[in-house]
This record gives sequence, structure tokens and C-alpha cells, in this order.
Amino acid sequence: MFGFSPDEWTAILLSLRVATVGTLVGLPIALVAAYALARWRFPGKVLLDGILHLPLVLPPVVTGYFLLLTFGRQGFIGKQLYETLGFTFSFRWTGAALACGVMGFPLMLRAIRLSFEAIDRRLETAASTLGANSWWTFALVTMPLALPGVLVGVILCFAKALGEFGATITFVSNIPGETETIPSAIYTYTQVPGGEFQAFRLACVSIVIAMVALILSEVLNRRIQKRIAVFE
Amino acid sequence: MTSERTALSVSVFQKRNGFTLDVAFESESPLTALFGPSGSGKTSVLNMIAGVLRPDRGLIALSGQVLTDTSKRIFVPPHRRRVGYVFQDAQLFPHLTVAQNIKFGQWFRRHEQSALPVDTVIDVLGIENILKRRPATLSGGERHRVALARALLSSPQILLMDEPLAGLDDARRQETMGLIERVRDEFAVPIVFVTHNVDEVRRLASRVARIVDGRVTAIGTPTEVLGR
Repeated sequence: MFGFSPDEWTAILLSLRVATVGTLVGLPIALVAAYALARWRFPGKVLLDGILHLPLVLPPVVTGYFLLLTFGRQGFIGKQLYETLGFTFSFRWTGAALACGVMGFPLMLRAIRLSFEAIDRRLETAASTLGANSWWTFALVTMPLALPGVLVGVILCFAKALGEFGATITFVSNIPGETETIPSAIYTYTQVPGGEFQAFRLACVSIVIAMVALILSEVLNRRIQKRIAVFE
Repeated sequence: MTSERTALSVSVFQKRNGFTLDVAFESESPLTALFGPSGSGKTSVLNMIAGVLRPDRGLIALSGQVLTDTSKRIFVPPHRRRVGYVFQDAQLFPHLTVAQNIKFGQWFRRHEQSALPVDTVIDVLGIENILKRRPATLSGGERHRVALARALLSSPQILLMDEPLAGLDDARRQETMGLIERVRDEFAVPIVFVTHNVDEVRRLASRVARIVDGRVTAIGTPTEVLGR
């Protein structure tokens, strides 16, 4: 289809899977962390903020290296996971998803946190005087108002995950069919004679996927804004 | 839930940034005014009755039910208080339509016996034509009426209004005062409202507490407190 080779298709589908899983698994963590950073006061908040944003400023290779130290087969968490559950991230697409998710996480966190901070808290107070406990207030007031920012965060994370290269290749290498995502495949094609056309084609695919994701988020956002209607 | 039976008892103390609030009053009046200059602590008292602000020390009781008693560590959270609060700047939910806004509180208190009929509230407040609109498209007066409807429909035992007439032109003020009187008379929900306007107190209130610099300096009927 579209003249893509099976290898190219594999890289495209793997990229989509890795970016989607990395983003969706990171989303609930980002929501909790963003809410905590935006609303709560606790000791070590500045440190936590710094650590969560580290992947944004560190060289991706360094992040990949730390992932290897932590979640690799011999890593202090990775080893436990393998010995107790038989699960490993090493040289698996799940490892690529982890690396992509970690790299995109700070962008998602930042967008969600800003949207929580932008909400007028007096609206939440109003909800509480109308009988909503804190969970209902979060579900019916805070979350819907933060939703545009959450969507922006998800799209940013997805786009970053889609283009992630350094941390992924360091952590789980570049194995066709398992960890070779679009950026890794482009890199591979640029390294072999006559691979320029495939590299260009995959680069175009990246652009198309990113554009579709952006447009989709805009459409979703508009729909959600129209749809919130619990009390009718 | 008639106004005669609803007795409000407030005795609160709070010290913040050099300002001391030390207010005590009781009222069984259908319309009590907290009257005083800006910054005297009137809104803080409303917030404490609603439970969105905790006093350092104090006791707040409504119809015999203790809402706050710091000596016994009792603090009923705002969502369990059945206190309708009309905020000064309405605080309508911007992502919901007017209809959804006014049904917000009603939905949470849908099992209450004393629920007011939605259609009557909509009719009295004259908001039937704007039910499908979003708060951003409403005028200041409309927003206020929606906020009042929303608070009324949450089955409140008491209605708190923070400067309900501030920022309205004279015609709107007269209209809104009429509305508040209708709400008081037709729905029999006692009202406590905050104001710094003498005319509003004289026209609306049957009991008034004058608050100056965080203290009640006089309490009684408008004539007793303000003179003739």
C-alpha cells in the first residue's frame, strides 16, 4: 500500500504503537503530578518538579542511559521486574514506549500543569457550595476546564514520542520489527547507499502523522466543549 | 423550611496579616444585612458560614445544626452545608450552558425534600430565554440572575449573597432588589446579604449587623442601626 515496503510499514505501525502507549500510560501519571505541582504544597516539591522536567533538558542519550541503568535487564528495577514477573523492557517495543513516554512526559506535564494553574479556583469553591465534593468538583469543573490544556499536552507528548530517537536507540537499540521506529528507520536508511528515497518518504509520513494528530486534537477539543451535559 | 424557623448563629474569630475579625450575631430574620465599609470583613463572614473559609475560633449554627465548632473540632464541609451562595461576580461555570449551570446544585441535592420547582425559579428570575446560552454571552444582570437561580435550586436552608447589587446601574438595581424581595417572599429561603449601601439595607433588610474593622458595632432593625 502506498508503495511502502513491509519494513517501512512495520516501522510506521511500531512508531504509532510506541508513541500511543507511551503517551497513554504517561497521561494518568502526568495528571496526578500536574495537579500535585499546581495545587499542593509539600516538601521536596521543587526537587520533584526538577526531576520530572529533566528529560527536557538532558541530552536524550543520557536519559536513555539512565533508563538502561534503571529498567535494563540488570537495572535495579528492571532486574526485579524480570525476576518476579518475567517482564523486561530490554530490546522490546515496550522499552521503546517507555523511552518515548519518558521523553515526552515533561511536555505533557507542563501543558497540563499550566492549564490547572489557569483555572479560577473560585469556580471550584462555587461547585462545593452547590453540593459537589472534591471528586465531583474535579470531574465536573476542574477537568473539563483543563481539558484543552490536557489535549495539548497529549498531542505534544505524542509528537515528541513519535520523533524520539536518542533515548530509544540508547535504551533498546535499533531492532527492525521490535524497536526500530520511524526516526531509527530514517537513520538506518540514511546510512545505506540508495536509502535516501525511503528516508524522505518516512520523513513525510512523520509530518503527516503529526499534522493528523494536531487536527484531531482540535476537533476533539471542540466536541468535548459542546458535549459536557451531565445535568440535562 | 420557613424563615421563622431558620435561626442563624455566628460567632467567629480570625487573625490574618494584622487584621482581626471578631464577629458575633444571631438572626432569625428573613433578610439579614451585613452592612459596613469595604474591607471590614463582611465577605469573610459569609465565606465562614458557607464553609469555604475556616475561622481560627468560633461557632456557626444553622437551625440548630452546628456547622462549625472549633472547640469540638466540628467542621461540616461546604458541600454538605446546604448553604446557597451567590458570589459577587456570579462564578458561573463557563463550560456549561445556563440550563446546566442552574441544574448543577439541583443534581447534587436531588434527593432533598425541600427542592424548589425549577420552572417557578426560572419564571420568577426571568431566565427562560437564555437557558441555552453560555455565561460568556450574558450581561452582568443576567449572570447574576442565573447565579441566584443556581443557588436557589441547590435546596439551600439559607441563601448568602455577596454585594448582589454592586456594579449594577440604577434601573437594574431596582429590578434586582425587587427580585430579591420576591425570592424572600415566594421561596421562603432566609437571606443573608452583604452590602455597603444604606438604601439597600433600608429597603430589603429586616435585621442588620453593622460591621466595622472586623467587629459588629451595632445590630438591630435598619431604623435602630441606621437611624431615621
